Formats: sequence, C-alpha cells, structure tokens
Amino acid sequence: MKIGVLLKQVPASDSRIKIADPQRGVALDDVKWEINPYDEFALEAALALLDAKVASDVVLLTVGGADTEQRIRDGLARGATAAVRLDDAAFGGSDCLGVSRILAAAVKAEGITLVFAGKQAIDGDNAQVPAMVAELLGWGYVGEVDQLEVTGAGAKAWRAAGGGARDVVEVGLPAVIGCDKGLNQPRYASLKGIMMAKRKKIDVKGAGAIGVDAGSVGASAALVSETNWGEPPARPPGRVLQGDDAARVKALVAALRDEVKVI
Amino acid sequence: MLDLFLDETHHALRDSAQAWVDRHIAPHAAQWEADKHFPRELHRAAAEAGLVGVTYPEAVGGAEGDVFHGLVVAEALIRGGSVGTAMGLGSHAISLPPILALGTPEQHQRFVAPVIRGEKVSCLAVTEPAAGSDVAGIRTRAVRDGDSYVIDGSKTFITSGLRADLAVVAARTGGDPDDAATRHDGISLFVVEKGTPGFQTGRALQKMGWHASDTAELFFEGCRVPAENLLGGEGAGFLGLMANFVSERLLLGVSAVATARMALEDSRRYCGERSAFRRPLHGFQVTRHRLAEMAAREAGARAFVATVAERHRRGEDVAADVAMAKNMACDACAFVTDAAVQLHGGMGYMAECRVERLFRDQRLYSIGGGTTEVMNEIIWRRGLAD
Ligand SMILES: Cc1cc2nc3c(=O)[nH]c(=O)nc-3n(C[C@H](O)[C@H](O)[C@H](O)COP(=O)(O)OP(=O)(O)OC[C@H]3O[C@@H](n4cnc5c(N)ncnc54)[C@H](O)[C@@H]3O)c2cc1C
Repeated sequence: MKIGVLLKQVPASDSRIKIADPQRGVALDDVKWEINPYDEFALEAALALLDAKVASDVVLLTVGGADTEQRIRDGLARGATAAVRLDDAAFGGSDCLGVSRILAAAVKAEGITLVFAGKQAIDGDNAQVPAMVAELLGWGYVGEVDQLEVTGAGAKAWRAAGGGARDVVEVGLPAVIGCDKGLNQPRYASLKGIMMAKRKKIDVKGAGAIGVDAGSVGASAALVSETNWGEPPARPPGRVLQGDDAARVKALVAALRDEVKVI
Repeated sequence: MLDLFLDETHHALRDSAQAWVDRHIAPHAAQWEADKHFPRELHRAAAEAGLVGVTYPEAVGGAEGDVFHGLVVAEALIRGGSVGTAMGLGSHAISLPPILALGTPEQHQRFVAPVIRGEKVSCLAVTEPAAGSDVAGIRTRAVRDGDSYVIDGSKTFITSGLRADLAVVAARTGGDPDDAATRHDGISLFVVEKGTPGFQTGRALQKMGWHASDTAELFFEGCRVPAENLLGGEGAGFLGLMANFVSERLLLGVSAVATARMALEDSRRYCGERSAFRRPLHGFQVTRHRLAEMAAREAGARAFVATVAERHRRGEDVAADVAMAKNMACDACAFVTDAAVQLHGGMGYMAECRVERLFRDQRLYSIGGGTTEVMNEIIWRRGLAD
C-alpha cells in the first residue's frame, strides 16, 4: 500500500508574527520554518505502517516553492520513501480549495490509497484541506483522529467527541485521515536518516504532470480572497475590584454574569 | 558550532537534536538539577533518537558522522539548560573511544554496541584520590591470575559512576608510581561490569555544579575480571586514553562556548526587561559595552574551537591547538558567565535564575578533561618548546 502524507511548512509555533502590510499579510522574512506540528503526527502514523510493513511506500506531498525543501528533507530523513513538491506558476495564490485540487490530483497521479494529513495547519488554522481532498477524490474522511488501527482494507479511528466521550469511526480504503495530537510520538531525524535522505530525490511536478486544470487553481480560481489583515485587538487591562471581601465577591459575580457572560 | 564549516546535514542534525532536547530535557532541566538526578530512561530515549551513536562506526550501530556532527549534538544537549544532564548522558564519549581504539571486534560488539543502543551506560575511571592530572601516578593494580585479572584500588570523581553498567578502568599491570623510570609503564585498561564481585560504588559525591550528573567513587577489592576484558594488551592504557584527547577537549570547548552563549542570551534579555534609575539596564552604556565584550569573547572562542575542529577533520595534528582552544573557550565562558551573574544583580545569585546555574556549572570546564595548567604544559611542549 502506498501512503501519501500532506506536509506543509509553517512558521515555528513560537514565532513572533507581525503584519507586514494589511493587503499582503504577515511578515515572513525572519520567520523560522518548521513542519506543521499536526503533519508530524500524520507522518509518524505513516512511518509506523511502513515499519509494520503494512505500507510499502510513504510519499510526501507538499505544495510550495523551493524554500519548502528543507522541511521535505526532514520528512525524508525521518523515513519517508519519496517526495513530490508541487510547484507551478499557476498554483500561486490558491485558496484552500485550489490547494486541495492540486493535492487531490497528485494523490491520484501517485497511485496513493491512504492519505494522512494534519487535522489543520497552525498558520491559517483553516482545517479545510484534508476534508476537501477527500471530497474531491470521493473518499471517506475522518478528522481529529488521535488513535488509529489500519488493516489492509480499512481503518478504525478514534477521536474526542467532547465531554470525555469518544467517537469510533470505521472507514474503508481509500480514505483520508486528519491527525490530531495524541495519535503518536513523532520520531526525530537521526544522522543516519539525514545521510540517507541526501540520496533521495524530491520530484518537482507542475499542473501538467499531475493532470490538474491550471484554470481551476491559483489566484484567479480562488473563491476566498483576503481583503485586510490586522492585529487582534490588544487585551484590555485587568481591573482590580475594590471594597471588602463581601463587596468584591458581589462585584465579581456581577461582572462574570453581566459583562463577561460566563455564568 | 560555527556555520562556516557546516553543511546541510549538520544543520538538519542540529535542528533535529535541538527539537529532541527541547522536548525531552529543557522542560525538566531545573527540576533534574534540583533533584540531583536525571532519569536513566533518558539514555535509551537519546539513543533511540540517534543522538548517542552520531560519531561512532556503523559496525557498532553508529552513524559515522564527522567531528562537527558530534559537536552540534553536544551544543544542542548543553542548550537543554542542564549541563549535568548533558555530561551524564555524554559519559559514553570518554569511555567508548578507548574501547574502540584498543578493543577487538568482539569487545566492540559486547561493550560498545549496547551503549550506543541505549541499553547500557558506560563510564571512564582513571582519576584516583591521589592521582588526577598525573595519570602515571595511579596506584590501582591489576594482577594476572590464570584466566583473569584481580583488581585492587579505588577511583574517584567518576561521571555516571553510580549508574554505569560498565566501567573502563585504568589499572597498573606493571611499573611503579614512585619510580620515575617505570611510572609511565604498565598502565592498562579493563572493562569492569557492574555486579562483578569485589567492585562497589560509593556515595553520590556532592558538587558545586553539574548537579544532575552522578559523580562517584569506585572501589575494587579483589575484583576478578576475565582476561578477555583487558583492552589491547598490558601497558596499552595510555594509547587508549590518547584516543580521547582531541575529541574530549573539543567537546569541552564547545560546551564552554554553548554555555557562554546561553548566559549571554539570558543577560541580553534581562538587560532589556529590567529597569533601574528609570531606564532599562541596557540604557547604560557600561551595560551595553559589557554585553558587547561578552559577545566578542564568546564569538572569538567559538571561531577558534571550530577552526581547530576543522583542522582535526582534515587530519592535521592539533595537539597544541586543541589545548589552546579548550583554554580559550573556558576563559571566555568564565568571563561571560561571571558578567552574566553581575548583570542580573541579586537575581543572578538566585537558584531560580539560569545564569546562577551556568556560572557554577562552567567552573569545571577548566578542571575536567585536563586542567588549564595541563593544557598549558601541552601548548609549551607541542607548540613552543623545540
Ligand atoms: C564533576 C567531575 C567529573 C569528573 N569525571 C571524571 C570521569 O568521568 N573520569 C575520570 O577519570 N575523572 C573524572 N574527573 C576527574 C578530573 O579529570 C580531574 O579532577 C582532573 O583531571 C584534575 O585532577 P585532580 O583533581 O587530581 O587535580 P590535580 O591533578 O591534583 O591538580 C590540582 C592543581 O594542580 C595543578 N597541576 C597539576 N599538575 C600540574 C603541573 N604539571 N603543572 C602545573 N600545575 C599542575 C592543576 O592544574 C590543578 O590546578 C571528574 C572530576 C569532576 C570534578
């Protein structure tokens, strides 16, 4: 079985994010990049199946420019067997649907039967791409998975259903799994893996190679357009309640009920 | 390390090692230092992440990285914020090279491979109550008796001595420490396994720094070890210990510049946050200049350590240079950590403040792995004397 892992690079989770300009978005020049943390769970899930010989190949799929190759190399160093970087002038400015069309086409072109993705990427936090890829392929999708069993024919997936309850979902293959924290402990790239990854080639493919209609992706096809970027409102200063204990408790309860509306 | 000498594999390894350290060491560093202990399980976790075998041969499970692969991992470990943990985890780096240098392939598989897999912990036991810098002064004896050797004597200040499953022990099979003519002869290395009758460890020694590491006395009383645990024949000990010289000094040099850099980073941040006389501390020129001087000393030492490492990688004889590099790095680190405590004021003296710990931890760098004075002797003999 050939597994695909959707791998995205995102600014490191401890980055200080600043708005470059309201039209263009955030300033990315000084940002340190890393693999989207949820994608690390996805990659580990795939590598575990490779170790268990349930999978024969683990292919990384990344939409992005040459600057993503360091993250792709990291994935190869951890043990992925192949990688395709999806890059084409026509891809620029794609929204989530456009990116999903590119990825879905690549999944088909690579002959993949099981896709692991992070449940969301921590930059845009849209949580749309894995579900869209599944929909475009006509495959089942299970999101927010934190426990998983894969057999040759299908998968059984668990996820939190709120209030401590658990959903258990069975899905036939092919399918897309959106991975959540708790699914596994991602491995680290060892020097042996890093050296081996040097010999692995990253294929670069454009619209033609994966058979995606260039008119269906990119800025011109985007259904979502960003019009304005701004900082979140500054946190209002705290307030110290005055008076004796009884008065302060009363004021606190009133504030929680009437202003914050949490009780 | 200095980026000038690093290729993409070093960068990738550094990122990977740092990610591991950020998760497995940094969150616990302060606690482990306070507990004077780090979990033994960490040896296995580090091995599984591939951080133990970086520079060792593939035949024993290593990755055959070059000296810089080893150094970027060493720096990442120090940056976990517990020098004691880094040094405890790193006791393989002084105990395995002599086995590899002198041992047979069977000995490599028996003693080295399990340590690289993280199943066993190893230590190196040379120093004795009456002999440290003067290795030829050791008095622990090993006497051949049939198929075994019987070892009597004691060792002290041994890193990982308490938890080690195997100790590489320097003992005399000949020569006399009190006789100038023969004291350098007959120093041999033996692997002594935990649980061997007659081998005991003493208490955990209490120290100024490196708190998370265990430092122990070892006692040998009629301790019988099989002759196949002798490494490289009688009298080969000095040769085995020499296998450590360059790498150990580079490791300590890197540890020193890594420690200095952390102290500098903490100071820079603190001097921006802390105010006095209605301005941030770095609003005073004297403070800015002190930070500049700290940065310059750290950068100079780092560049020199890296240059010597590169010359070593090229196969040059760097005996004198590596001694200079260790001393320079230790001096820079002593200066920077002392200045860091000063810049933190009273907070710099508090156990909750990281520079307090770095200041204590760095003090050993100029004593361990050959003292500053011993390095100066080498610089004279190998670099300056005719
Ligand atoms: C925390 C810790 C961990 C250690 N871990 C290990 C370990 O794992 N294995 C191990 O075998 N040892 C270990 N050691 C021991 C360490 O290597 C020695 O302490 C060190 O080599 C110095 O030896 P010494 O303590 O006997 O000092 P001494 O040799 O007695 O030196 C005392 C002073 O005399 C100076 N001096 C000595 N000779 C000369 C000379 N020729 N010219 C001028 N000055 C001289 C020294 O520089 C020093 O200033 C450890 C020590 C510590 C504190």
